[in-house]
Amino acid sequence: MFSGTMPDAWIVGTMVAVVGGAIGFFVVLRGAAFAAHAIPSGSFAGAAGATLVGVSTLLGLGLFAVLGAFGIAGLSHRGRRDVGTALALVLLLGLGALFVSLSAEPASSIFALLFGEVLAVGRGELLPTAALTAVCLAALATLWRPLLLASALPEAVVGARAVTLDLAFLLLVALATTMTVPVVGTTLIFSVLVAPAATARSLAGTPGRALSLSVITALAIVWSATALAYLTEWPIGFFVGSLGAAAFLAARLGTSPARAGGSRRGSRSSAAQS
Amino acid sequence: MSLGGDVGLRVQDVTVELGGRRVLDEVRFELPAGTLTGLIGSNGAGKTTLMRVILGQLSPTRGAVLLPDVAGHRAVGYVPQKFLLDPDMPVRGRDLVALGLDGHRLGFPLPNRERRRRVAEILRAVGAEAVADERVGRLSGGEQQRILIAHALVSRPRLLLLDEPLANLDLRSAREVVDLLARVAREQRVAVLISAHEMNALLPAMDRVIYLADGRAACGTAEEVVRPDVLSRLYGHRVEVIRVGGRVLVIAGDSDDAEPSHPHHHDGAF
Ligand SMILES: Nc1ncnc2c1ncn2[C@@H]1O[C@H](COP(=O)(O)OP(=O)(O)OP(=O)(O)O)[C@@H](O)[C@H]1O
Ligand SMILES: [Mg+2]
Repeated sequence: MFSGTMPDAWIVGTMVAVVGGAIGFFVVLRGAAFAAHAIPSGSFAGAAGATLVGVSTLLGLGLFAVLGAFGIAGLSHRGRRDVGTALALVLLLGLGALFVSLSAEPASSIFALLFGEVLAVGRGELLPTAALTAVCLAALATLWRPLLLASALPEAVVGARAVTLDLAFLLLVALATTMTVPVVGTTLIFSVLVAPAATARSLAGTPGRALSLSVITALAIVWSATALAYLTEWPIGFFVGSLGAAAFLAARLGTSPARAGGSRRGSRSSAAQS
Repeated sequence: MSLGGDVGLRVQDVTVELGGRRVLDEVRFELPAGTLTGLIGSNGAGKTTLMRVILGQLSPTRGAVLLPDVAGHRAVGYVPQKFLLDPDMPVRGRDLVALGLDGHRLGFPLPNRERRRRVAEILRAVGAEAVADERVGRLSGGEQQRILIAHALVSRPRLLLLDEPLANLDLRSAREVVDLLARVAREQRVAVLISAHEMNALLPAMDRVIYLADGRAACGTAEEVVRPDVLSRLYGHRVEVIRVGGRVLVIAGDSDDAEPSHPHHHDGAF
């Protein structure tokens, strides 16, 4: 399974996991799981539109993901943003329905868009994915501190700066979406963009450790899923989805708040009193 | 235009109208460096609005705010009235305080001994060292308050604004926080402005008071401002001030007795 087109699948999968795990850290920290779902789902319309007019799927995905990011930022009011996000999602999905019905695309390629097909990832996707990975990681490293502060203590970062950081974050999600959808599909992006970071958050108590653990978890999920998909010839989406959910649930059960919180608290207060 | 070394803040005739209502009405005062000032007023008096104007989050309808200008770091520290720290987020108090130092800077932070030392020093100063390595969202309200004070102080601001910092604290913690802030004001030459709807916790430590009522302000020392004549004029109806055992009670008198043209009005403190 390391021959033929497989090495490309492994390399693309690895890049997707690294970027997804890293950006997922902020998705979970900002409570933006819905936006991280809406952007990829909306970008589905871009992919459908791209096949309709005959340009690269990646281009369509990227364009509509960015559109989705601006839509969510523009339609949301301060504070709660679920209505604005839903609105942006519905607008894009409506377009997607139109594009799909207009194009004579076989159902299998629609299925691939929805649920991913890492094994079919080809040479052509290698370079764009690498470029997107570089851009995402560079942007993340640059914005690390301002974004961490604005996410952890939103009250400390207000006005134009908060709006800019929020838009930057949504655009990062859009970039991550563009490279991730061809691998795991629009519907299962949760497993790369949310599950690893949510798992890591339960286990690691500092930003640096949670970020690292999120990337490691994403790598473990994507690698295992790729191997299992190859061996069983079942869709990768099934494995990515179930492994993501399993990791998250295992971490949740392993660190139920009553147990973890209780013991640490006890040791601290006794130390303070002695 | 900015301020010289011994003034922490100058508010010049600030008027704010929001939704057709005058929330602040020609408020003017100055905060000397190294002093602690109480911003006292009941709910809706305009305390948070005044702080937002000082922070530049809200532009006044008229008037201006002059701030100290310090090259290289933020000159104003702020602890908001309302904040919500997610209990599950993987961020320690220590991380939040470090972000107070350089959270506005771009780039990934490299390990830095000086940064760590500054953070540890300020955590010790606010008495939050013991809880600094817990997830900050899981700390008690008072512990979070201290972490936020450290977050605001660590960049060595010239002006520190705290919006109702005592609201969630029990009497003893409130006293400790006030003592801490008074010490910070003196030792680090910071002008500290604390809002509260009740002034008694602040009385022992407060150098000056700004009393807000219906958007208007009276400023001076507690002796100058917390008097029946001054407060009656501020409120526009009769107010009684009762001092018992070192505590002050401000009681609205019967409004039928209001006497706007009372001959004994005191003008000094406005
Ligand atoms: N954006 C706004 N639009 C209209 N009115 C506003 C706005 N913001 C504040 N106000 C009004 O201004 C008045 C002062 O509000 P502010 O929040 O400054 O009060 P406060 O003194 O901080 O009160 P509290 O002790 O309850 O925190 C209130 O009556 C409030 O309703
Ligand atoms: Mg207020």
